[in-house]
Amino acid sequence: MAPPADTRLRLETVRLTALYGRRAVVKDVTILFPAHTVTAVIGPSGCGKSTFLRCLNRMHELSEGGWVTGRVLLDGADVYDDAIDPVQLRRRIGMVFQRPTPFPTMSIYDNVAAGLRVNGHRGRRALDEVVERALTQAALWDEVKDRLRASALALSGGQQQRLCIARALAPQPEVLLLDEPTASLDPAGTQRIEELCHELKRLYTIVIVTHNMQQAARVSDYTAFFYLGDLVEVGRTDELFTRPTEERTEAYITGRFG
Amino acid sequence: MSARSLRRHVTSGLMTGLVAALSFTVVLALVLILGDLIAKGASSLSWDFFTQNPVPAGQTGGGVANAIVGTGIVVGLAALIGLPIGIGTGLYLAEYGSGRLGWIVRFVADVLNGTPSIVIGIFAWTWLVRPMGRFSALAGAVALAALMVPMIARTSEEMVRLVPQSLREAALALGYPRWRTSLRIVARTALAGIVTGCLVGIARIAGETAPLLFTALGNLNFSTSVLLPMQTLSLQIFTYATGPFEEWHRLAWAAAIVLMGLVLLLGVAARWAIRQGHGAAR
Repeated sequence: MAPPADTRLRLETVRLTALYGRRAVVKDVTILFPAHTVTAVIGPSGCGKSTFLRCLNRMHELSEGGWVTGRVLLDGADVYDDAIDPVQLRRRIGMVFQRPTPFPTMSIYDNVAAGLRVNGHRGRRALDEVVERALTQAALWDEVKDRLRASALALSGGQQQRLCIARALAPQPEVLLLDEPTASLDPAGTQRIEELCHELKRLYTIVIVTHNMQQAARVSDYTAFFYLGDLVEVGRTDELFTRPTEERTEAYITGRFG
Repeated sequence: MSARSLRRHVTSGLMTGLVAALSFTVVLALVLILGDLIAKGASSLSWDFFTQNPVPAGQTGGGVANAIVGTGIVVGLAALIGLPIGIGTGLYLAEYGSGRLGWIVRFVADVLNGTPSIVIGIFAWTWLVRPMGRFSALAGAVALAALMVPMIARTSEEMVRLVPQSLREAALALGYPRWRTSLRIVARTALAGIVTGCLVGIARIAGETAPLLFTALGNLNFSTSVLLPMQTLSLQIFTYATGPFEEWHRLAWAAAIVLMGLVLLLGVAARWAIRQGHGAAR
C-alpha cells in the first residue's frame, strides 16, 4: 500500500537506545515521524519519553553519563554521524521545554532573535521580519508588538511559553520537539499551545511529549506509548485510543496505572 | 498549659533573646568603631585634608591627597588584574569544573583564600620587588590582586551555579555552542551577583595593609607612577598611627574615616547591585 502524501519520511529512529552510564532508559526504539504530522509521546512518569525526545536533537549526550546506541535519521541522514555537528543539528531541530525558559537578560525581541544571531544573522531588517513572523506563528505578536523591547520576564507564564515557541521557530527548524510544553500553564494557556500545534504542523514536523492523554488525543495524528523505556505501541491516535492492540496500552489509557 | 508546652515557650523565648543579644553585640561593635572614629577624626577632616599632601614631621596641617589617589591607583590596578582572572576562574569552575582539574583549582583557591595576606605580600616581594630592584605600586597591586582572585573566583562560581540548568539547555537546544552559552546566557544572567561579589572583594582589599608594607611601601610625596613606591590610605594610617607625633595620630584617625567611608560606599554599591539583579529577575 502506497503511503499517503503527508507521510513522507522526515524523522525516524532505528533501534535507538539511550543510556545513563550502563543503565538504559530508552530501549531499542524504532519509530517514524512523518513530515507535517504531530506525534504525541505518552506514558507514565519515568518511562523515558523525555529522554527519548532529547536523543532526537542530541541533547541527551549533554547530560552526565548520557549516551546512545542506534540511529536517528533526519531526512535519511544519521544525526549521530561523525560528520554532523550537534550544534548545527540543534539549529535544524527546535525544542521547547516543560517550563518557560526565556533568557532573563534579554528583551522579547532579543529572545526571538537569539537563535538567528547565534547563526550569524545580523541584518536589522531581516531580523525584524523573522521576529515578527515567528511571533505571529506563535500567536503572540498582537500581544507584544508594542513592547518588543520590554523584558521577556514581564510576560505571563503562558506568554513566556509562546515566546519560547517563537524563539524555537525563528531559525526555521525542520522539526519541533515539545517536552510537556503545557505542564506549567493554566487551561487557557494550554488551549493556545494546542491550537498552535494544529497550525504549525503545516510547516513543521512536531513531536510532543505529554502526560495528559486528553491532550494527546486532541493535538496529535499519531501517538506513541512508552512504558519502562520500551515503545509499547505506536499508531494513528484515533485508533490507539479506541482500539489499542497492546494490553498495557489499554490499561494506561483507561487509567488503570500511571 | 502543660509543663512541656511551658518549657517550649521558655526555651523559645530564651533562645530568641540570646540571638537578639548576639546580633546587638555585632551592631554595637560597628557603632562603637564608627563613633570612636568620628569623635577622634571628624574634626581633622577639611578641604586641605583631601587636597594637600603630607607636610614634614613636626609641622601642622597637610593632607592625604597622595594616599587617596594612591589607594585609587593601587586598588584600581589590582581590580584590573584580579577581576578578569577571578571571574574567568569562577566561570570555568561553575561551567566546566566538574573534573579533576576543577577540583584542583577549587582546592588551590580555598587554600589561597585562607592564606594570611602578609604571606601573599612576601611572595610579591620575592617575585616582583626583588627582581625589579625597587618597591612599586605595581607590586602592591599584584599582591592585592592575588588576594582578590580566589575570593572573586569562589563567589563568581557560586553566582554562576545559581543560574538554572534549564536556561543552559534552552540555549544549547537553540544551537548555541557551549562557550557562547556560558558567556552570553549564563554569565549575563549571573551578572548582578558577580558584580556584587566584585564590589565586596574590592572593599575587602581596599583596607589591606600587610601585603603593601613591602611592596607599595608608601610614599610621602604625590606620585602616580606605578613603577615607584606609592602611598595608600592604609599605609598612611599605619605610618601615622605608629608615629610619635600628636598631629600624626590626629591625621591617622581622619584617614581611617576616609577609608571606612570608602568601604561603606562599596558595600552600599554592592547592595544596590543585588537589588538591580533581583529587579531584572522578576
